[in-house]
Amino acid sequence: MDDPLLLSRIQFAFTIMFHYLFPPLTIGLSLVLVYLDGMSLRTGDSLYASAARFWTRIFALNFAIGVATGIVMEFEFGTNWSTYSRFVGDVFGSALAAEGIFAFFLESGFLAVLVFGWSRVGPRMHFFSTCMVALGSIFSSIWIVVANSWQQTPAGHHIVPVLRDGAPWIVRGEPVMRAEIVDFWAMVLNPSSIQRLVHVWIGCLIMGAFFVMSISAWYLLRDRHRAFAERSFRGALLLGTLASLAAPISGHFQARGVYQHQPAKLAAFEGHFHTGPGDLSLFGIPDSEAAEVRDEIAIPGGLSFLLFGDRDTPVMGLDRFRPRDRPPVTIPFASYHLMIALGMGFVALTLTATFFLWRGSLFRQRWLLWIFVFAVLGAVAANQAGWVAAEVGRQPWIVYPPLPVDSAGNPLLDAHGFVTYESQQGLRTADAVSPVVSAAQVRRSIALFGLIYALLLGVWIFVLNDKIQRGPELLDRDADRRRPGFLGAAVTRTGHAESLTGTAAKGQDQA
Amino acid sequence: MSELLPVVWFGLLGLLLAGYAVLDGFDLGVGMMHLFVARDDLERRMVINSIGPLWDGNEVWLVTFGGALFAAFPEAYATVFSGFYDALMLLIFALIFRAVSIEFRSKRHTRWWRRAWDVGLALGSFQVALLAGIAVGNVIQGVPIASGGDYAGRLQDQLGTYPILVGVLTVTLFAMHGAIYLYLKTEGDLQERTHRWMWRSFGIFLVCFMLTTIYTLVEVPGAVANFQHHPVLWAVPVLNVLAIANIPRALFLERPGYAFASSCCTVVALVFLLGAALYPNLVISSPYADRSLTLWNAASSPKTLGIMLVIALIGMPLVISYSGMVYWTFRGKVELDEHSY
Repeated sequence: MDDPLLLSRIQFAFTIMFHYLFPPLTIGLSLVLVYLDGMSLRTGDSLYASAARFWTRIFALNFAIGVATGIVMEFEFGTNWSTYSRFVGDVFGSALAAEGIFAFFLESGFLAVLVFGWSRVGPRMHFFSTCMVALGSIFSSIWIVVANSWQQTPAGHHIVPVLRDGAPWIVRGEPVMRAEIVDFWAMVLNPSSIQRLVHVWIGCLIMGAFFVMSISAWYLLRDRHRAFAERSFRGALLLGTLASLAAPISGHFQARGVYQHQPAKLAAFEGHFHTGPGDLSLFGIPDSEAAEVRDEIAIPGGLSFLLFGDRDTPVMGLDRFRPRDRPPVTIPFASYHLMIALGMGFVALTLTATFFLWRGSLFRQRWLLWIFVFAVLGAVAANQAGWVAAEVGRQPWIVYPPLPVDSAGNPLLDAHGFVTYESQQGLRTADAVSPVVSAAQVRRSIALFGLIYALLLGVWIFVLNDKIQRGPELLDRDADRRRPGFLGAAVTRTGHAESLTGTAAKGQDQA
Repeated sequence: MSELLPVVWFGLLGLLLAGYAVLDGFDLGVGMMHLFVARDDLERRMVINSIGPLWDGNEVWLVTFGGALFAAFPEAYATVFSGFYDALMLLIFALIFRAVSIEFRSKRHTRWWRRAWDVGLALGSFQVALLAGIAVGNVIQGVPIASGGDYAGRLQDQLGTYPILVGVLTVTLFAMHGAIYLYLKTEGDLQERTHRWMWRSFGIFLVCFMLTTIYTLVEVPGAVANFQHHPVLWAVPVLNVLAIANIPRALFLERPGYAFASSCCTVVALVFLLGAALYPNLVISSPYADRSLTLWNAASSPKTLGIMLVIALIGMPLVISYSGMVYWTFRGKVELDEHSY
């Protein structure tokens, strides 16, 4: 453990995976909140209002930890990956700046109103704040996925020498190169960003839906807060079913995109070592040394069929890449297959539940509800596994060089039959690490993160459990506390488009 | 125009940093002062809830400052962040620990639980202010830089007399700023006690300010060079002193809002003073001055700076208007309700 590169990779993997427990939850939950707060505003049904309050509290908890662990990510680009920061700053930076200005401020500003403003603002303002927080979290996901996608399929930039006083800057005999932006929208809409963004969002919706279903199922099994739990479960099931069905479709198109731009990565996903018709492996243990997948169960020609609609078309295997350009296979293969297996599981599970809902007996199927209590862990694992596959599969590159192709779009091969990347056009992970940071420093910071994240996780579980045990409050109990002060009431009233009687009726409903 | 863009971004980064220092400054200060001013749990909750809905949004200014530095001056971002590795890791640790403390102290009613998080909040706030100040001190003083632009010093080099002095100054500045804020937000006994601490923290800040000023004038000549070449810049320290002098005046007149405005101006003036001393450098190289990272050699391309300027021109008015809206929503004295910490 004396390699700062390996240690920095471990630290980044650890901190990003921990961070990524929370954003999918907050993005998924924010849409649930918009729905609940909106329905409560429209119908005046106190059950919606009490559900909105319950989920807002849980949302805020996740959000706070998401922000705190998110700061770490931004710092780590500079602390551990300074060479990378110098290389991509010009391109990556504008996305990050846009994220900061458009997304972070929107989220944290309105989150305050969302969480603390129940008695300080009227219901419309509260609903507006909910929408703004949801919008902020969506913005945030857009910019960060755009920046990541640019590293996978760079576009809209050129690689040029850094100038100092008008002349190329030479360090240790070599000109320092960096990526500079040429076309902002080509960078934003690079070949993989839309597909990846859609897939990330679907992952977030699955996460949010399964999280709500898990807690609701637990209440149903314990026979507590029945009306609340049934309503939450039904809404989340609809969302979860649609998202689960959409995931494989979006995944399919994304895999095609990956093959087009990063064929080595798809070969690693599928354990496809030798160029030729591709089988779709369902299970196996890849062995890079022997260049084969052991104990494999596969659909012959399945991969070729999914990519080209034809079972015999050859698919580029890892043998087309020089050993130093090949990604590791075991981790991408395992995490990719885990994600797909879980995704299929979500489809089966949500369709089964929808079937019982249609038959009217869903809430009596205790075995199914028990599965839903724990299925949220599967959603967490699927989100994590997808990212692990995407990020390990793009190694050894931190910024992927473009695949060289001829005029017909076929990859250019050298005399040995290898794909020849223009290394200058990309950046290897090994070259991206901070040169001045020592292994000892990274060991210390890993220990520090281990400590504080263990604390965060412990307290998160503890508080979440506490909130779930306490459950949603019935609103009639706190209707008095909720009523805005004299001034607030006046503002709310003049702000309403409805008649005074409409407002009064609502007030009675609460009371 | 393309020559001007790095200057514009230097100014905008200054604004972001000033925004951060003014806003998170008071909540860091409140985080430090709460151990002294609050007597029982109710008072402590009043104190913490005075910053409760705001601290998270305030920290976003730091995140955005970091992002904008990355985007506008990637060379400076890379050098500073990798060079100050340990300090920044401790800063992150403190920021997270502070957030954890605020979020979680209210979740249990037992005495030891609340006490532990109270101390955590105070220490975390103190550590953030101290480390931020130490970093600023190093930047003003200059740091060793290698020919490739990387930091070339050791960890212990970062803990010189001057950086620590600036660190302590930052702690006292935020403590005073936080105490005045707290005075605005509280009533009764708690406010009485805050009133005493407001005076004390002002006195300590004043002493540190004078010490730092003298030390800078005597020992850090590089920081004064710009003022000798451009006498008009003296306006910044003059305004700074006026703002500081106005704090006790406003306190005497019993106009705490006016005092808080003055202390905001003090914080802003100090950030501008930093900018005036640094310009046109971002990181001053010492001893090899030609290796300094300047506005020109550390900047992104004019194209990127232009795009970012468009983003900032669209985004900043929005940020300022809804930040204003949030502050307006939570105006007035602290009141506890069921959603409070």
